[in-house]
Amino acid sequence: MSRGRALALMVMIASLITPLITPLPTHADPLPSGTGFLSEDLQARQADEAANPGMLWVDEGARLWQSPQGATGASCASCHGDATTSMRGIATRYPAVDATSGALLNLEDRINLCRTRHQKAEPYPYESDPLLGLTAYVARQSLGLPMDVETGGAAAPFYAAGEAFFHRRQGQLNLSCAQCHDDNAGRSLRGDTISHGLGNGYPAYRLEWQSLGSLQRRLRSCSFGVRAVQFDYGSPDYLALELYLAKRAQGVAIETPAIRR
Amino acid sequence: MRLGGKLLSGAFWLLAALGSQNASGAELLPYTVRNDSVPAPLGGLSGDPRRGRDIVLDRRRGNCLICHSAPVAGEPFQGELGPPLAGVGSRLDAGQIRLRLIDQSRISPRTIMPPYYRIEGLRDVDPAYRDRPALDAQEIEDMVAYLRTLTD
Ligand code: HEC
Ligand code: HEC
Ligand code: HEC
Repeated sequence: MSRGRALALMVMIASLITPLITPLPTHADPLPSGTGFLSEDLQARQADEAANPGMLWVDEGARLWQSPQGATGASCASCHGDATTSMRGIATRYPAVDATSGALLNLEDRINLCRTRHQKAEPYPYESDPLLGLTAYVARQSLGLPMDVETGGAAAPFYAAGEAFFHRRQGQLNLSCAQCHDDNAGRSLRGDTISHGLGNGYPAYRLEWQSLGSLQRRLRSCSFGVRAVQFDYGSPDYLALELYLAKRAQGVAIETPAIRR
Repeated sequence: MRLGGKLLSGAFWLLAALGSQNASGAELLPYTVRNDSVPAPLGGLSGDPRRGRDIVLDRRRGNCLICHSAPVAGEPFQGELGPPLAGVGSRLDAGQIRLRLIDQSRISPRTIMPPYYRIEGLRDVDPAYRDRPALDAQEIEDMVAYLRTLTD
């Protein structure tokens, strides 16, 4: 057989098996949000803007949106106008690859990039109230909209890294994320019910924290729980994991700021 | 009430963490596996069932009730990810229990039960827990002694 025909044959075989090996969305129907595992009281508090403590941060974010910052003196609103229209649906697409730098950015990083790139201001530290507030405010503009991140193209290697992280055993207790959040979702772990581990409600107000916190803060708790390395905020490991979680949440409505125990 | 209890329990689940100051570091004592069992006590140590019970319940050490139920009063949150420990003393002999505590994955490779006396083949271990087993040999023997008493 000529090399050309051999190649053509290989391509043909590859195209036949590709549908089998291309990662399909793991679940046809969207997974249930973590909110469904809360008590009815907490679900009601989350849904009620006046009772949801996370709304304090959202309000702070709304204030910052209008506030002139950095060497340019521009506010977010100077460039993006009314967030209720300009930011609607944005959070459903994050984490996403920044075309200019090729870096994977979560919403926090994206906002900080506007601070450094467009406002000529210092980035806010992770878990600072201004960053939590702006992130929650931007995400809130997508309330009820389904998650829909890009995982192909430039995002593909990040997605693959996140998927591998999710499935590998880690820590002294030697457990993978999947062993809890896939294999044992819905079962109780000493008073807690294990959810599917989605990020659609973040930043979320966690009672244990008495504060709003980012998804990465939650990831650090899960790493800590299995006595694994808690990666730094903004580390490539957690960013990739966030992308994988976002894809797991494909079609799940954004609920920021969720309430969690 | 469920919610109140949950809020109080606040403290984090697997939070077993922070503890295990007892786990004494570096070298594991050698042991021999026969079939599904480690017949000889680790280091020839003898276990104390009362200490073993404490370790099983202690959230910073065994924290076993995160996944198992055990016949102990006054423990509201008992786990359901593993089989009940009640009766385990009639189902398994000491050597079989010992191997399951040392490294359950030798029996069921996909198990979710952590290996309590193993350091190799783990990845991304928190530096605070690196190079020492989750529990030490004496703690393993104490738990074996306790679990052997759970015969009903
Ligand atoms: C000087 C103009 C300017 C300012 C000020 C500014 N941005 Fe941006 N922003 C942009 C531009 C331009 C983009 C498109 C990407 C790029 O070129 O960086 C963008 C992109 C974004 C995105 C991503 C939108 C998408 O479609 O993915 C978000 C979110 C965002 N900005 C939020 C903010 C927030 C929050 C602030 C205030 C802290 C802010 N921006 C301040 C110009 C600005
Ligand atoms: C030992 C079991 C266990 C392991 C392993 C574990 N988690 Fe969790 N995780 C939990 C529990 C319990 C909660 C709190 C209840 C809930 O929301 O599931 C939680 C919460 C979460 C949440 C918040 C969900 C929400 O709706 O608020 C996310 C996201 C998450 N985990 C992701 C992960 C990732 C990623 C990993 C791997 C690095 C991981 N978890 C490892 C048990 C685990
Ligand atoms: C993360 C969950 C988890 C934790 C924590 C855990 N186990 Fe297990 N355990 C299991 C599961 C699941 C099994 C069933 C065996 C399997 O995985 O195939 C099991 C099996 C066992 C068995 C064998 C029971 C039988 O009837 O065959 C014993 C004994 C046992 N565990 C004791 C313990 C003790 C003691 C601790 C605490 C030091 C502990 N386990 C912690 C999940 C757990």
